[in-house]
Amino acid sequence: MITASDVTKRYPEGREALRHVSFEITAGEMVYLTGHSGAGKSTLFKLLAAVERPTSGSIVINGQNLAALSRSAVPYLRRKLGLLFQDRKLLFDRTVLDNVLLPLAIVGHPPRDALRRAQAALAKVGLPNRERSLPIALSGGEQQRLAIARAVVNRPAIILADEPTANLDAASAREILEIFHAFQQVGVTVLLATHDPTSLPVLRPRVLRLDQGEMSELPAAPATAVAGAAP
Amino acid sequence: MSVWLAQHWAAIRDACRRLATAPLNSLLSLLVIGIALTLPAAGWLLLDNLRALTGDAPGVQQISVFLSPEAGKREIAEIEHRLQAGKIGRWRFVAREEALKRLQAAEGMADIVASLPRNPLPDAFVVTPSASQPAELERLAETFSSWPKVAHVQLDSAWVKRFDALLRLGRLIVILLGVLFAAALVTITFNTIRLQILAHAAEIEVARLIGATDAYIQRPLHYFGMLQGALGGLCAALLVAVGFHLLAPLVAELTQLYGTNFTLRGLGAGHVAFLATIGAALGWLGAWISALMHLRRFA
Repeated sequence: MITASDVTKRYPEGREALRHVSFEITAGEMVYLTGHSGAGKSTLFKLLAAVERPTSGSIVINGQNLAALSRSAVPYLRRKLGLLFQDRKLLFDRTVLDNVLLPLAIVGHPPRDALRRAQAALAKVGLPNRERSLPIALSGGEQQRLAIARAVVNRPAIILADEPTANLDAASAREILEIFHAFQQVGVTVLLATHDPTSLPVLRPRVLRLDQGEMSELPAAPATAVAGAAP
Repeated sequence: MSVWLAQHWAAIRDACRRLATAPLNSLLSLLVIGIALTLPAAGWLLLDNLRALTGDAPGVQQISVFLSPEAGKREIAEIEHRLQAGKIGRWRFVAREEALKRLQAAEGMADIVASLPRNPLPDAFVVTPSASQPAELERLAETFSSWPKVAHVQLDSAWVKRFDALLRLGRLIVILLGVLFAAALVTITFNTIRLQILAHAAEIEVARLIGATDAYIQRPLHYFGMLQGALGGLCAALLVAVGFHLLAPLVAELTQLYGTNFTLRGLGAGHVAFLATIGAALGWLGAWISALMHLRRFA
């Protein structure tokens, strides 16, 4: 599903954010990405979402090589991804419902069908009855749920989540992680970054670790844990 | 197809919403565009009117052929014959006695004419040629002056030529003004779209990140520019109409004093539509360039 081979990202000022990073994530897998802030997690997400291009190496998602992707092809790649950003990037001048409707409007869904799907997505993340609220009226955990609803409303095969549990209390963080596990249960590939290893479930799935731009993989947990990482 | 239509319809609504959410800014932009378009539009209308004015004056293209005093009946008949044979156009013989009578009839001339010892006026032909090209008229005048007993040929086209040159100059000035103010309109739109992009940067960034194509993001901006330009064009039409409404009575008075019956022609529906269309096209161009340049920074 996602294959990175020997990816290096060097910024113009000379800093190497990623060094020879290689990994592979198969379809339906749930993978955690850990590392201190500044270890390169956000850079990796930017490369995966084609916001930035790797300096060298290749990233292939769904058989598409991102390095060879033209600007006009980028939107079609992103429509297959459910992207969650560290700063959530919600639109605060629009209602909760309009935030979730945006990806559907971009794809050009017929309005009635779009409304049904948006409502279903909000229900799935536990935010029904808040459709008419503005995001500012939501708590941190609720805002994160809204971001998830927006990311999944197009039913993407891959979810890329950058620090979805940051700045949340332990209970909210656990609830958010449960939502991701639920998506993985129905076959969605999930890559989830967190700087806080203590937020990992005890029976953890596969964990990739970034340290100063270099990647290592933590020893695999028992296979049963991958599927059953419920609380 | 219906998706395509729906997205365009959504973009148009979005553009209208953006215009309406900042009414003061929109109004100012419309006024600036309107004023920019008013000057060339008014100049163009003025030229239109001048052309109509000269077109309505048929006495302009006449050649007066004055005979020498010693020309007798035989020479007059000879010239009549030649005019007839040449199929030059309409012509009229003005005998010297008739010319004197007309001069006497003119206001304040009677005393002067009475004091003359004898009739100083020659016989004359007034020719209204069927040809209208200045060069052709010139050629005719030359032919006439080579005929026997013709003392003087006066081609009344000198001032026509001057006027024509003046009109052409005016047209050029209006075109230059038009180009200048068209550039101004494009620039104004360029800037308002730039500000629109700045104001909606968060929205554009998010839309781009969740899979919006450049076309999706540019569409409302293009419609915004078009709409603003079209409304600016209508604004210009309104300004021109008001100006002409104020001028019309004065012009009517002036033309009456000169003894002609001329009414100022204002803007027609076609003109208004043309102004709106031109405004929309230029607005779209400005928006297109601006969007192309300023949206590149969104990954």
